[in-house]
Amino acid sequence: MSSDLDVFVGNTTLIDEEVYRLWLDGHSVAEAVARRLRGGVLEREGTSVAVLQSDTRDHYRTFQMLERLLHAPPRLLQQLLFQIPPERQALLVQRYYAFDEALARELLGKKLSKGTKKELDEVSARTGVGIRSCRRQFDNFKRVFKAVEELRGPLAENIQQLFLLDYAAIVFFANSRFETGKRRLQFLSFADFAACAQSMMGHWSQGALGEPPDPRAPEAAEPDGDLPKSFLQDLKELKVLVADKDLLDQHKSLVCSALRGKISVYNELEANFKALSRALVNVGGKLTHARDVRDFFVDLVEKVIEPCRSDKWSPGDLRLFLTHYTAARHQALWERYMAAITACLLRMYHD
Amino acid sequence: MPGKLKVKIVAGRHLPVMDRASDLTDAFVEVKFGNTTFKTDVYPKSLNPQWNSEWFKFEVDDEELQDEPLQITVLDHDTYSANDAIGKVYIDIDPLLYSEAATVISGWFPIYDTIHGIRGEINVVVKVDLFNDLNRFRQSSCGVKFFCTTSIPKCYRAVIIHGFVEELVVNEDPEYQWIDRIRTPRASNEARQRLISLMSGELQRKIGLKVLEMRGNAVVGYLQCFDLEGESGLVVRAIGTACTLDKLSNTSAFLPACNSPSKEMKEIPFNEDPNPNTYSSGPSTPLKNQTYSFSPSKSYSRQSSSSDTDLSLTPKTAPSPQRPRIFLFPSSPTLSCDSPHLKKSCLLLLGSSIKPLHSSHVSPVVLRKSVSFTEELLLAASGMGSGSAGKEGGPFKTLLRQQTQSALEQRGGSPHRFCRRREFPFFTLTTFPPGFLVHVGGVVSARSVKLLDRIHNPDEPETRDAWWAEIRQEIKSHAKALGCHAVVGYSESTSICEEVCILSASGTAAVLNPRFLQDGTMEGCLEQRLSWQPGFFSIGSEKGEVDFFPQSQDSSSLLGIEEASPPGCGFCHIPYDELNMPFPAHLTYCYNCRKQKVPDVLFTTIDLPVEAIVVGKGCLIQARLCRLKKKAQAEANATSISNLLPFMEYEVHTQLMNKLKLRGMNALFGLRIQITVGENMLMGLASATGVYLAALPTPGGIQIAGKTPNDATYDQHISHMQKKINDTIAKNKELYEINPPELPEEIIGSPIPEPRQRSRLLRSQSESSDEVTELDLSHGKKDAFVLEIDDTDAMEDVHSLLTDVPPPSGFYSCNTEIMPGINNWTPEIQMFTAVRVSRLSTINPTNQTLNKNFNDLCENLLKSLYFKLRSMVPCCLCHVNFTVALPEDELVQIAVTAVAITYDKNQALQANKAPTEKSQQRASTDNEEQLQFPLELCSDPLSSQPFSPAKEVLEGASSHTGIPAAQRVLKSHSGSWFRAGTSPEIDRCNSWIELIKLKAQTIRRGSIKTTTSLEKASPLAEGYLRHRSVPSCTNSTVSVVKMTPLSFLPGAKITKYLGIINMFFIRETTSLREEGGVSGFLHAFIAEVFAMVRAHVAALGGNAVVSYIMKQCVFMENPNKNQAQCLINVSGDAVIFVRESELEMLPVQPSTAAPQPTSSAGDVTT
Repeated sequence: MSSDLDVFVGNTTLIDEEVYRLWLDGHSVAEAVARRLRGGVLEREGTSVAVLQSDTRDHYRTFQMLERLLHAPPRLLQQLLFQIPPERQALLVQRYYAFDEALARELLGKKLSKGTKKELDEVSARTGVGIRSCRRQFDNFKRVFKAVEELRGPLAENIQQLFLLDYAAIVFFANSRFETGKRRLQFLSFADFAACAQSMMGHWSQGALGEPPDPRAPEAAEPDGDLPKSFLQDLKELKVLVADKDLLDQHKSLVCSALRGKISVYNELEANFKALSRALVNVGGKLTHARDVRDFFVDLVEKVIEPCRSDKWSPGDLRLFLTHYTAARHQALWERYMAAITACLLRMYHD
Repeated sequence: MPGKLKVKIVAGRHLPVMDRASDLTDAFVEVKFGNTTFKTDVYPKSLNPQWNSEWFKFEVDDEELQDEPLQITVLDHDTYSANDAIGKVYIDIDPLLYSEAATVISGWFPIYDTIHGIRGEINVVVKVDLFNDLNRFRQSSCGVKFFCTTSIPKCYRAVIIHGFVEELVVNEDPEYQWIDRIRTPRASNEARQRLISLMSGELQRKIGLKVLEMRGNAVVGYLQCFDLEGESGLVVRAIGTACTLDKLSNTSAFLPACNSPSKEMKEIPFNEDPNPNTYSSGPSTPLKNQTYSFSPSKSYSRQSSSSDTDLSLTPKTAPSPQRPRIFLFPSSPTLSCDSPHLKKSCLLLLGSSIKPLHSSHVSPVVLRKSVSFTEELLLAASGMGSGSAGKEGGPFKTLLRQQTQSALEQRGGSPHRFCRRREFPFFTLTTFPPGFLVHVGGVVSARSVKLLDRIHNPDEPETRDAWWAEIRQEIKSHAKALGCHAVVGYSESTSICEEVCILSASGTAAVLNPRFLQDGTMEGCLEQRLSWQPGFFSIGSEKGEVDFFPQSQDSSSLLGIEEASPPGCGFCHIPYDELNMPFPAHLTYCYNCRKQKVPDVLFTTIDLPVEAIVVGKGCLIQARLCRLKKKAQAEANATSISNLLPFMEYEVHTQLMNKLKLRGMNALFGLRIQITVGENMLMGLASATGVYLAALPTPGGIQIAGKTPNDATYDQHISHMQKKINDTIAKNKELYEINPPELPEEIIGSPIPEPRQRSRLLRSQSESSDEVTELDLSHGKKDAFVLEIDDTDAMEDVHSLLTDVPPPSGFYSCNTEIMPGINNWTPEIQMFTAVRVSRLSTINPTNQTLNKNFNDLCENLLKSLYFKLRSMVPCCLCHVNFTVALPEDELVQIAVTAVAITYDKNQALQANKAPTEKSQQRASTDNEEQLQFPLELCSDPLSSQPFSPAKEVLEGASSHTGIPAAQRVLKSHSGSWFRAGTSPEIDRCNSWIELIKLKAQTIRRGSIKTTTSLEKASPLAEGYLRHRSVPSCTNSTVSVVKMTPLSFLPGAKITKYLGIINMFFIRETTSLREEGGVSGFLHAFIAEVFAMVRAHVAALGGNAVVSYIMKQCVFMENPNKNQAQCLINVSGDAVIFVRESELEMLPVQPSTAAPQPTSSAGDVTT
């Protein structure tokens, strides 16, 4: 005896969190049933495999019907087809757009193109995230990216409004295409990058200045995912700090006198100051060129983090140094630039 | 020109992309009513158009208003080719036609297309201006309210319950018209949807006219169904109960009745023995104390009705001046058999082992064009062990007939008169105002097999009318045979396969209190009430108890309890004459009042009366059965079906009875037997809720007897089975908490359950009826029901008995409105529909394998429901409604709609405890009745009604007390009371009330804290703050609409009925695989139907649908063509409810315990 047709529809749509998880992870119905069995639901509820199968299928069908709505979360709130309590709706959206950090780490900075999608098999193998789940997450990234691409205003807010969640870091990275895949960057997690993206957007983007964007300014028309061009242009002016020997010496003496006796790696600092300073300033100066932008994190690691690490700087040392390094000059542009750099470095300075 | 319909199209959203090039849509809207059509402008290039149209005005007859639906079509404008339809919205404007319902329909409606499903939403505003034409009620039936609810709606009171109304309209099915060959499936589906909508409107209007003719203003228990007869047409038919309803203007003053049944249940333990005679028979017993129930309102009506010495057994029917009708009294079957059909009648006696008589075949010669068999089944409560194998149907029938005659003669012919006035004394209600139901006889049902032929003249649907009239006549005569003049819980259904149609009707034979019916006595009663009330009221007003009045007025008009039957058990008492029983029943004296006879088992189609005294909890009981049938054509087919029917009925009942015994219960409520016909089989599915009625005797066990006693292994096997059965019974008793109190016989001093003694008693009482008692005696000794295992079939049957697994712990299920024994529902509900289609394919199908498959299918479905709803535990599946269809060979479709309601386990325990404590207390003060009384006052209302209105406790303290006082009078003056005039009683009441008020004062002082907290928690307080409790969820843009098949919402109060929802949808697909196969297709469709129902309710301003029912779900597929089609018909009542906020409920729990010490300390022994 086989059931050709088997449906259960509640006036309030039943959402089983466990099955939703399994569905999101890209398991087939059979796999999901097997996993639920292993979870011991049979023993707990004293039911049969057939019941479990039927239940899983019902949920999968519901999720498939919901998926269309999940692609535009605000529609989920307005739609009449499924009666879902608001907190459940929020959960559905959050879980749907949640991503595996391992996967996100892989995709950071990559172009969200068909080519990348084809590589997902490898990514799936590397990260241990199911291929279907990889594809869904990839599509999510792309969907969010596409949706906000054309929009003005603060990126994070736009995403929040459209997708009811925080997705800004990924879009920011996808936009700027920072290189994150190099071996020397492998020690950095997605969370590190997300934090960096947040500080960069927070300090450098148009909205971060706390003033309404001037409608006549060219960057007002730009989407917020890009860093404002004028800002990046201005950063070039900072090069003088390292190019002009007097300025560099002056900067060094100010920082060194402030740190003498307060820092355990004072000698190393004194020896490396010029190299560090050059690296810190040049990273900013290179941001105007798309090709150089890619190397932002590589440069920071190679030229700042690794030398410090080999000299056995403690994170406290680095913090102290960066604080005084920044404080030694009083210039709005400099402070704005260094705020993000400091945050990024401190976040990235670990094993 | 009595009406102006105004429609405004506001906006659309989420429209589908109709223009691939631009990914946008140029949408406009056509608004059509009758033959008039308006159009909006085209809103170019948008998926979210803002039309903001002017008001489109239609000036129409009210007749048209009632019949026609408003049709809104959304289209995509196309400059070069024809405009593409996006979808439609049909809006039934009926709710706008009566003043008390909705005033405007406004909101977002899903745009529905029969091929694509929901495609976006449209915002519409609809209003109706009805001109104040006094005459309009004569022309149409605008203003008649319709309710699907099968009880008196919560914020109304029934002034008069007029009775049965029915109507049917027929038409050609558009799907079978020639034009269907050339039109698109969409056009065909839309034609059908529109036609059914139109026919529904017409039907409703016609029924409304009948109601007006009866001088009613509402139809309650309205059930409309359609029969897809294929080639021969489309029948839309409806039945209902005409009533005159009064809106309770001040609902807060009448909280008890407006509350959910859970509350009503809680009210019950107001312990009063309403039967004055009982007290003379001896001291009250713990049982009585524990279980007697009497709600305040009820006792009031007692007061008012008490001067009426006439019992309702002799309804005083004044000859009606209007509509004289000749009534064919069907005491002799020949009278109703004047048509050229062959009729076979039989009585199936439960528990008796007589063979069905229908082995006699029908000669096909008689069946010409229209074959018409009538298989009747008369079900009644009868003794399990009392059946006599030797008896044949013939003698019984004679007996039955004699009995009918004599009963009618004895009753002074009043049923005659009654019936002359009402063609069919049927009531579609399943729950009644207290006191309405006097006695219940048992289930009566009738079935008839018909051959369908084309309906030649749709305007005169005489054949179909005649068919139903015939069946109803059968039902009526069965009821008569049971000594009943009415049928309650009445319903009708059909099952159609090809050209064969089984018409079924069933109900519960009952004796009703005539005061409610449109009747000569009604006026008398009213007058009486009026003459009574001033006196009573003055007492109340003296003491400032003004609030008391509406309640008393209401209840007294609602009620009229027959003095002889206590409400807790009165309905169980046999209505028929025990000396001339219609069948051999096993009668005992009522275990409750010890005064009247009761059967040992009671089957009914109604809900458990609120006042019924139940031990333990109830459970869903199902009997399932498959019977193979040869494929045949026309007459031969009809013959074989009608030959099978009696066997099926018999087996279904045997199964039900066995399963009932297996659970240690003695009564079935909500019994619904569905027989479905397919091409090569018949299926029977009976569902009911089993309970243990305290008034009925404890059921005996089941005993297995083997045929070959000498075989040792066989014996062992048998004894093993016996043990298993006994274990199951014991387990079930524990599970359902069935532990009826043992009755010490010497204390009771009344007839005893022990068979021997009883029969002796019987004999001594009724010398003349030796035969009956002898019969009773011979079988009464066996207290167990014997199952004889003589072949493998029987073995299978026994096995199948044991395969029903009880629901997992934390779950209960029932098919009635409320679960007996659970009364503390939380507001969390989940209504659902589940549909399964299974192939019962076996290579060589036999009845046994099919039975097993079908049984497994049902059990698995239930299991799956329990699993799905496991997060709601502890919960109860209420109103579990199974429908079976046989869409194709070997395919079985089961659809289930039910609601899961969570209950509070802790409070259940408390509620259980309360009565016990009370009974103990009561026992201690038993000899000083008046002293125990104040104790009740404080312990009962407070402990057992944690949510009861504060008013009753506080201001209404005396109203509470006043009632029992009146009863106390009854008790203490039991003998003379009836004969006494009215005024002395009033005086006595007065003094009693004074005394009790004093007591109440003391109590109030003693427990002020408690009462204040109670007030906070009470729905009354909540009622005052109604404006505050906006039920919709503020976070969501879509308002939440609850749906439930029940007539109430737990933890909420229905404040307004907005009108009936009756919707019919067709969905078709030609890309079945792409839509996820049959399951994907149907899943989406059911979700869409729910969504459309919710949208309509929300647009009416409602937040819930009660009495929701999916009446039809016809699913057809053609996988080879990748096609499927489904028709769904749903209905319900749109309502506004107000929730009792959870915050307000919180303080209740601690306070429930508090009053008890206070009361016992302060007042017990003074």
